Amino acid sequence: MTKRPVQKPTETSIPAHEMWQLKLYVAGQTPKSLIACANLTRICEEHLGGRYCIKVIDLLVDPQLAKGDQILALPTLVRQLPMPVKQILGDLSDTERVLVGLDIKRLEELGWPGPHNVGI
Amino acid sequence: MPEQKDGQQSNSIQLRKCPTGISGLDEITGGGLPFGRPTLVCGGSGCGKTLLGMEFLVRGTALNEPGVFLAFEETSTELAQNFFSIGFDLDKLVASKLLDIDHVHIERSGLEPTGEFDLEGLFIRIGHAIDRIGAKRVVLDSLETLFTGYLSEGILRLELKRLFTFLKEKQVTTVVTAEQGERTLTRFGLEEYVADCVIFLDHKLSEQIATRRMRIVKYRGSSHGTNEYPFLIDENGLSIMPISSLALDHSVSEERISSGVQGLDAMMGFEGYFRGSSILVTGTAGSGKSSLAAHFVNSACQRGEKCLYFAFEESRDQIVRNMKSIGVDLEKWTEKGLLQFRNTRSTLYGMEMHLVTMHKAIEKFKPSIVIIDPISDLLVSARETKVMSMLSRLIDFLKREGITALCTDLTAVGGSLEKTEVGVSPLMDTWILLQILEGTGERNRGLYILKSRGMDHSNQVREFTLTNAGIVLREAYIGAGRVLTGTARLSQEALEKADALILTEETQRKQREVERKKTLMEAQINALQADYQAGKEELERSIMSEKMRQEILADDTRRMQQKREISSNQ
Repeated sequence: MTKRPVQKPTETSIPAHEMWQLKLYVAGQTPKSLIACANLTRICEEHLGGRYCIKVIDLLVDPQLAKGDQILALPTLVRQLPMPVKQILGDLSDTERVLVGLDIKRLEELGWPGPHNVGI
Repeated sequence: MPEQKDGQQSNSIQLRKCPTGISGLDEITGGGLPFGRPTLVCGGSGCGKTLLGMEFLVRGTALNEPGVFLAFEETSTELAQNFFSIGFDLDKLVASKLLDIDHVHIERSGLEPTGEFDLEGLFIRIGHAIDRIGAKRVVLDSLETLFTGYLSEGILRLELKRLFTFLKEKQVTTVVTAEQGERTLTRFGLEEYVADCVIFLDHKLSEQIATRRMRIVKYRGSSHGTNEYPFLIDENGLSIMPISSLALDHSVSEERISSGVQGLDAMMGFEGYFRGSSILVTGTAGSGKSSLAAHFVNSACQRGEKCLYFAFEESRDQIVRNMKSIGVDLEKWTEKGLLQFRNTRSTLYGMEMHLVTMHKAIEKFKPSIVIIDPISDLLVSARETKVMSMLSRLIDFLKREGITALCTDLTAVGGSLEKTEVGVSPLMDTWILLQILEGTGERNRGLYILKSRGMDHSNQVREFTLTNAGIVLREAYIGAGRVLTGTARLSQEALEKADALILTEETQRKQREVERKKTLMEAQINALQADYQAGKEELERSIMSEKMRQEILADDTRRMQQKREISSNQ
């Protein structure tokens, strides 16, 4: 399940730099991994409405990738884009904290999703 | 915490050890760290934890055991720079796949976890690094940094337990470093997890002199040295002075070596010191201790033996120059590489550090003779309680190596002769005392062998003079219950000479008298004989005439008788 895009962007008209790029690091198909995966997809669908791209990285398959993103705890979600890079750990069950951690909460308060706010 | 929980250790299942390759550490741990188990190295900041860990890995690469260094505090570039100064080329080792440095950065973002998690990522990283280069050794420096991050302590403790199990399963020998806590060994109680071997490093300041020490707090399933061992960090990494004075089992030599002074050899049965013995030369300032040492060095170098000279008072050139003035040329021996000087000020560091440096220098140069000039300077920088144990470690080490040691010791003027030898004396086999003998307006040197184990030695005080041709020992003049030296000795000798002259003359005079009396007697005998001869002749003459007269008379008588007979017949 390495680097497999879970959800393809629905609207191809969105420029690449306005896409949210997320990486989810897991280790194998453990219940924790599956829960994290499901939680992420759900949150993204609900709040990012198609402007996202998720890569799930299984460190059991690609252990060398752990070093680059300084992964210690699993599961870890890395927000690659928009900048700055952010890390959130845990199985993403606490939706509120995920929204805060990914800055989605703040952006929504500012009237997001609007084309101007994406990519801050 | 019991030292040895499982008592079923037998020879067949003896704990396997992983040699660290760090000088001295393998000796005090009895062979190294527990193989395939974690060892905790704890201590305050700057005490050398990271160095110990890294050296463990670097020395391991020499044994073809690759290592993984997980740096939680420094980046690999920083580490490479830091260790380059002590001669470890980490980049090269990394390039040749003998070393893997993984910098683990811990985000302090303060973001709360969004749900359940574990440290599987760290495990995977360690596991990957181990598998990639086939590592046998792992260092986690320092693991407790995890506690300062975002992770909750409950999860962390659970995960640490799992981590150590994981490392044990991987069969890697691990060194975990941790900061010292206020009352505990480590700030976050890591000793709870690493129960096999705990090493404590200390960097103490006493009397403004810093000393690094190491102690094995526990070592499950193995015996180990329990003392605090001083150690040193220098351009070659760590070195620990392992020698303990537990056993007195060194073999001794019957061989004798010259002291370099003929007269002194003569005092010791014409043979000199025992090889491998320790010699103490005590004396007040200027009594000639260094000169005696220089003679010893000179004679050893002449035999082609190597000497190591530790000087704490003079520089190398100063010693060479001074000894030249008494006809001992040390320069040529240094040029030939037989003699090495180590000149340091004793106040540079504490006594322990001195001993570690000395130990290291001896190990490196492998001399057969070591001079410590003077040993009293070492004692200045140490408290008396420590002196005995530290010094005995060094002396025992030297004895074990069969190295002859000559230590000089400065005694205070006016102090008791035995005062400075705070327990040094029992360690010494031969003790030579240099005394200043004062009198008649001058000070002269006297030499005396206070003790010399296992050999016949003179009990006399000798006068000790420094000439351009070296040390000369002379029998001291002993008269009227005192030893005379210097001019007093000369004048006494002159006096004796005069006395002797008078005595000879007297004898001669008496002999002449005898001769004269003899002649006189003989003359008298002659005269008497002549007298007797004269008397005798006269008497004989008168006897003769008397006889003739008697004969004539008898003749006359006979003739008359005849005549009467004739007439009567008629």
